[in-house]
This record gives sequence, C-alpha cells and structure tokens, in this order.
Amino acid sequence: MKAWLRHHSRSLKGALLRFARAPFATLLNAFAIALSLALPLCAYIVVFNLQSLSGHASDKAPQLNVFLQPDSGVSAQRALENTIRESPAVRELRFISKEEALKALKRDGEMAEIAALLQTNPLPDAFVAELRPEAAREAELLTAQLRAHKAVAKVQLDTEWLQRLQMILSLGKLAIGLLAGLLALALVAVTFNTVRMQILTQRTEIEVSLLIGATSAYIRRPFFYQGALLGLVGGGLALAIVIAAGVVLNPQVEALAQAYGTAFRLELPPAVDLLALMVFSGFLGWLGAWLSVSRHLHSFAPS
Amino acid sequence: MIYAPLLRAILPKLCWTHEHHVSVIRFNHVSKRYPGGYPGVHDLSLDIEAGEMLFVTGHSGAGKSTLLKLIALIERPTSGTLLVNGQNVGVMRSAAIPFMRRNLGIIFQDQKLLYDRSVFDNVLLPLQVCGHPPREALKRARAALDKVGLLERDKANPIALSGGEQQRLCIARAIVHRPSILIADEPTANLDGDTAGQVMDIFKSFHQVGVTVLVATHDLGLVSRYASRTVHLDQGKLAA
Repeated sequence: MKAWLRHHSRSLKGALLRFARAPFATLLNAFAIALSLALPLCAYIVVFNLQSLSGHASDKAPQLNVFLQPDSGVSAQRALENTIRESPAVRELRFISKEEALKALKRDGEMAEIAALLQTNPLPDAFVAELRPEAAREAELLTAQLRAHKAVAKVQLDTEWLQRLQMILSLGKLAIGLLAGLLALALVAVTFNTVRMQILTQRTEIEVSLLIGATSAYIRRPFFYQGALLGLVGGGLALAIVIAAGVVLNPQVEALAQAYGTAFRLELPPAVDLLALMVFSGFLGWLGAWLSVSRHLHSFAPS
Repeated sequence: MIYAPLLRAILPKLCWTHEHHVSVIRFNHVSKRYPGGYPGVHDLSLDIEAGEMLFVTGHSGAGKSTLLKLIALIERPTSGTLLVNGQNVGVMRSAAIPFMRRNLGIIFQDQKLLYDRSVFDNVLLPLQVCGHPPREALKRARAALDKVGLLERDKANPIALSGGEQQRLCIARAIVHRPSILIADEPTANLDGDTAGQVMDIFKSFHQVGVTVLVATHDLGLVSRYASRTVHLDQGKLAA
C-alpha cells in the first residue's frame, strides 16, 4: 500500500519533471489543447450572455398592444375589452384613450414640440395587456382573434423577436455542442500522440522495467499522470485565454451596449462550471493517455 | 480430523518447497518453435539445481538465448513443461509474470543500460519497480555498486564507463534486489580477456553465496577455467 502510494507520488513528480525539462514542447502541446477548449468555451460564453440578456427581457412580462380604429364606438370598445380580459393569456389590462396618449406625448421632452403643433389628435385608442409568459399559445390565439376584429387597426405582440432569439440561441448551442465534441477528439488526439512519443523515448526503460518484474499498472501509471496533467494544464491555459479575451473585449462591448442604451458586459460562467471544464479536460487527457498506452504497450508483452 | 483438508492443502506446497531445493529450474521435453518454423530449442530436458553454477555454450543461433528467454518468460514454450521455482511457467497468468521475474536477475546481451540517468539510478530501478522503501533502496544500491567495484562512479553517466565497467554495472543492477537466480546472456562478448575474467569472478562470488548462476557464452576458453557444469547446445538440442 505504501509502495503503491509512493509510486503514485513518484509518477506525478516524474510527469511534472518531464514538463519542466521540456517546457517549450510542453507549452506547445498545452497550447494546442487550450485552443481546442477555448474556442467552444468562447462561443459558449457568448451564447450564455445572450441568453441572460434575453432572460432580462423576458423578466418583463410580454406585452400585447391593441390599437383601435379611430371611429370605433364605445360598445365595440367594451366588447373588445371583454374579449381580451377573458383570454387566459392576459394578466393585466389597461385602456389608454387617445387623449391620455396625447397627454403622455406632450410630457415627453422631444415629442412635446411636435405634439403642440397638432390641431387634432391623430392617436388611436389602445389597450395594453400584460401577458403571462407561460401562455404563449393562448397569446397567439388572442392575437389572431383580435386581428380579425373590425374595430382593431393593429395588434403588436412583442414576444415574437424573443422567440426568434431563443431559437437562434438553441441553434447556436447545438452548433457549439458539435464543435466541442470535435475539439474534444482533437484534445484526445494530442495527448495520445504526446504519450506515444514519450513511450517511444522511454522504450528501453519500459523494456527493462518489465523484464525485472514491473507490473503493467506500474508501467502505465506515469503515462496516465502525464496525460491527465497535460489536459489540466491545457484546461487552465484555456481559461486564461478566455479571461484575457474578456478583459480585451469588455470595454468595447460595454461601449457598444451603451450606444444602445443598455448596460451589458460579457460575464464568465459560474466558477463551478469552469472548474468542471478543467476536470473534464484532465479526464480527456487521461483518456488519450489510456488509449495510447493500451495501444503501444502491446509491443512489449511476451509472446 | 478437522485438519485433514488443511494438511491436504499444505502438503503439496511442502513437497514443492522440497523439490525447489533440489532443482530450481526443470526443463521437461521443452520445445520452442518460432513463427516460420525456425526452432529455438528442441525437446530439451535439463535440471538445474539450487545454488548451481551452469554454463550454456554453443554457437550463435544454437538456442542459448532462447533457453534463457524461456526461463525469464520472455518466451513461452511451444510444448513440454518448464518449472521455475516449482511453478509451471508455461501456463502462468500474465498478471503473475512480474512477480515471478522478481526472483530473477538478468544480464542482457545488449545490456539495456539507461543513459538518461546516473549509474546509481540505473541500479536503483529494480528496487523502485519492486516497491522497496526509499531509504533501504539507497543502502542496497550502494552495497550492490560496492560489490562490483563501482561505488566511486555512482554519479557518472553509464556512457562514460568503460566496457568492463558497463558490464559490471549490468551485474549490479541484476543482483541489487537479491534474486535467487542470476541469468547472464553472453556477459563477456565485448570484453578483453582480463576484463572478462574479472566479470566471471564476480559471477563466481555470487555462486559461492548460494545464488543459482546461469551463464550463456560461446567462449569455451573462458568456461574451461571454471570447474562448473557445462551444457552444450547445438541446433536447439543438448549435445552430449
């Protein structure tokens, strides 16, 4: 048991020492791994942030604006009000008469001057309904129903763009998933090859060790450590790349968001996710080493 | 008798122990045929006693290396049975092979020294493989180097050693974990007469402290200087 632990610590030290002895080659390998991780991670962060942005937007309940024909009578208004209120999609309903709308317009700084020039009130009466976000289907049903009503001039449902955004985001997520899968394969390939080279350079040592009674677990262990460590270092480097990219991009992103009148910056996913990514990267490194060792140590076995 | 099953389980083991005192390696009609029909050894029967020093002679290609490889389980017999320390190595599970090899000390024809580490670390390797505690391993490695007269070269790289020194380093590495059987394949092949004699004297000293020593060589002149049993191989068969 003690000997076993000792060999584990020696394998780890050996792997670290090999890294230290060939820092440039190790760094290049780690960099290849880091890139294959950083690419999907960056894309993921963009989607993650857009999603939180659209999440903000959907925090406000979706709105349905119904503008009436100018000549619609009071009875038609009553009937419409009942129709809208009865729909299960509606949470709250307000009526804004054209007079109120004009008053609101006059209060608005920029529009006030224009409003003052108006001789008659060109604004329509309107209903503003706050919808339940979960009742999207009913909302569409209601919209269609209102559009068909002859007292209604125009219906605006502001959830449509949100739905489109959601669809684009889920498409993006799928694409990222595919990309990440491919690049995970690349990561495995990099460690596979690195470990293969290491096995070749240590050929004599492996041969001698086997002939003086090393178990195959003993032979494999250092390579597993090497692969896992390479994956971990690559994962750490990927995080560093992504964080650096965030630092470079964020001032620009904030400036752009400000131009659109919102506050928005790219945020990293939670630390747990980032940690999980590093662990996963280490696992992929181990997997690459395992595949390589299983494949290349056969040549040493007695016939 | 409650102990009957226990006795029955232990008795054969006791007999085995007894047997391995008599013959530590037993070839019983062993053949090893390589793919392509090239025969390594053919119908070989040979008993090697514990503590014996045995020379195996013959031309190159006569099967000397094959004989040693069979003992070290680098090759498995095609037919016949081979017992090493009472265990039938022909049917041994792969997982058991490493532990069986720890009873052997092997000096390879091509030396297989590791040039990426010091003389001392070369000798340390078998002890690390067997999982010895570090402090004891250091002591043993030093003792092994002392035994072959290389203690003051411990920090050198093996590449800086002379041919004779390299061969002595191989011996130190082979005996550092105190194996009961020492196997050497052409240990004097590249050495001049005097150096070869020194190397053989080291083998003799191990034989004198009870280690079973097996030396394969084509140097008949060297063999004739020692009063040890010699078997001659010719085309994979024992010659009289």
